[in-house]
Amino acid sequence: MSGFQTNSRVIKWIEHRMPVFSFLDHAVGSGYPAPKNLSYMWNFGSLAGMTLVIMIVTGILLAMQYTAHVDYAFDSVERIMRDVNFGWLLRYIHMNGASFFFIVVYIHIFRGLYYGSYKAPRELLWMLGVVILILMMATAFMGYVLPWGQMSFWGAKVITNLFSAVPIFGEGIVTWLWGGFTVDNPTLNRFYALHYLLPFIIVAVVVLHIWALHQFGSNNPLGIDPNGPQDKIPFHPYYTAKDAFGLGVFLILFAAVVFFLPNYMGHPDNYIPADPLATPAHIVPEWYFLPFYAILRSIPDKLLGVVAMFGSIIVLFILPWLDSSPVKSGKFRPIFRIFFVLLIIDVVALGFVGANPPEGAWLVVGRIATAWYFLHFLVILPLLGVFERPKPLPTSISEPVLKGGGSPMGSGAPAKPMEKA
Amino acid sequence: MRKGLVFGLAALAAIASPPAADRAAAAEGGPPLPQLEWTFDGPFGTYDRHSLQRGLQVYREVCSVCHGLKYIAFRNLADLGYNEDEIEAIAAEYIVTDGPNDEGDMFERPGLPSDYFPSPFPNEKAAAAANGGAAPPDLSLMAKARPDGANYVHAILTGYEGLVPDAVLQWIFEHETQKRIDAYELAHDEYLEKLDAYNEKVKSDPSARKPVEPARPEPVESVEDLGLAETSNFNAYFPGYGIAMAQPLYEDSVAYADGTPATVDQMAQDVSHFLMWAAEPKLEDRKHTGIKVLIFLVVFTGVLYAAKRKVWKDVH
Repeated sequence: MSGFQTNSRVIKWIEHRMPVFSFLDHAVGSGYPAPKNLSYMWNFGSLAGMTLVIMIVTGILLAMQYTAHVDYAFDSVERIMRDVNFGWLLRYIHMNGASFFFIVVYIHIFRGLYYGSYKAPRELLWMLGVVILILMMATAFMGYVLPWGQMSFWGAKVITNLFSAVPIFGEGIVTWLWGGFTVDNPTLNRFYALHYLLPFIIVAVVVLHIWALHQFGSNNPLGIDPNGPQDKIPFHPYYTAKDAFGLGVFLILFAAVVFFLPNYMGHPDNYIPADPLATPAHIVPEWYFLPFYAILRSIPDKLLGVVAMFGSIIVLFILPWLDSSPVKSGKFRPIFRIFFVLLIIDVVALGFVGANPPEGAWLVVGRIATAWYFLHFLVILPLLGVFERPKPLPTSISEPVLKGGGSPMGSGAPAKPMEKA
Repeated sequence: MRKGLVFGLAALAAIASPPAADRAAAAEGGPPLPQLEWTFDGPFGTYDRHSLQRGLQVYREVCSVCHGLKYIAFRNLADLGYNEDEIEAIAAEYIVTDGPNDEGDMFERPGLPSDYFPSPFPNEKAAAAANGGAAPPDLSLMAKARPDGANYVHAILTGYEGLVPDAVLQWIFEHETQKRIDAYELAHDEYLEKLDAYNEKVKSDPSARKPVEPARPEPVESVEDLGLAETSNFNAYFPGYGIAMAQPLYEDSVAYADGTPATVDQMAQDVSHFLMWAAEPKLEDRKHTGIKVLIFLVVFTGVLYAAKRKVWKDVH
């Protein structure tokens, strides 16, 4: 922190009393060295943070106009769309922002999976990320209930009913969650309260996530540790400039959807006011939940289905100990790379299964894909570390490829000491 | 290159899945909706004021007998190109209930621009009672509450027997016939299994009941063969083909103020156009703003890219 320099007397005055500038400089400024080889795949962390800010700002503005009551919620949303100045813009940003938040975070997660960013010493960093994902899912689910359309209501009913699978206490838990004997006004009110609260808890966990990140700094596409200052560049201006450009590209895509396809990712049924007496033909969650929904419905037993659905996320918590390979980056793991692509195909397939009724071929595909998902994490990753012969690792970030095509060391042996897996 | 692949696949996961709307439409299994060219389509789309005004006329003279439009106030009609006097005149044609007054009584008065379109029925129960048990839905959001909304509304209004082309009827008959054959084959396979079990069982238990062979299905060759409920009307584009609403539009149901010939298709197009506006009144604002925002973002992102290049010049 001592590296921070300034000529401004005002900043010096503040810095002397509260070292906020050197703190920021250390966090995201020139005082934070980052590996020099980070690719654009490393943009998605800061993008996720930006999206969170966008969601909180638009959310607070929407909250000023929204009424959390079963008789007025739908009308108040329509009022926002029609009579509130730029209300349509706020709502479309918030509504599509949720989808874009998940797109960004899913890419962020798959980047971590490919480059082994969860491996020692970054296990806690990864686990905090999984906590953020779970909090995001809870927030998104409760937010989707607030407009009180048909999918809001029936989605809430289906998902809360999952807890009735819990032995003995199931029914009691569901009644307790609902605050009554069905999804009704108390449910809407508490979901609103929690939907407002959880984003700030996410902010808190993001702070922990970044704190843990700064302990060892970012992983990088090669997955080897920087050898010294020659492998690093200061975060500012290099990565602030790169992240700003990435943010620009992201905003172009985001704006294209918000302004020209705002209802593309939504479901038309949610423009029908909630009706507890009319069940929609197909109750489907938002697209970002579809793979998990597919896992839930692939298992014939309700309790086991719920366990598998939650298990599919919980398994990420123990991922750092499931992957036994000492090599971080998928670049140097030829077999892992194939399985990584298979996992992506598997998750996409689960998404399609989740969007379709669980019958015929969809059910079969869903079961195979569900089995494969768990097989990947619980069997393939532990075995790969034993049987796979990784390619030789480069000696340093600055000199990624040794001339002559091969490492002087035996194949598979790390070119430099690695952390114990 | 590898990371390009990774990114590509992840992005694919995000965007490749068709919108929920299409999934629902496909699941219903009806004939594809006729795709019209709307002036509000595309990034530069705008509403056609003349069509909106004609659509309002169709709504007021035909639809409003049964369907409400509760999110639209008379003042909103300014979007359709009416001036203040015209809006006041339209509003005054409606009687709205106001109150309570200082004596505590509800009273009736002519509508004001700030009033919303009054509902045709006092409440949902009354609406259902007057319409054979199913309340006609409010139309304010209809064009967004159905997959491919504007085309759907147009298709429903022109989907009645006698209006819909023979090719569409043939499509429905063929698909329904095929559905029945599929169901029959499934039932017949089940029957054969049961028959085997019966033949086995009857050796020891003469009282065993012989399974009934399912009847071969008759092909669907006419609307009657669909076997719709007596209270419903055939509609080629309504899920299940039976709709409670009787055909609402006939040639010259309205006499257009601007002299446009009032064919069924013209009226259906105009009222669909109008309902799209009712569902998404800020569409023009949204698209105009969007163009400006995108131009700004593209230029600004270009600047950011140049800045990034300059900053990174000495690395690598």
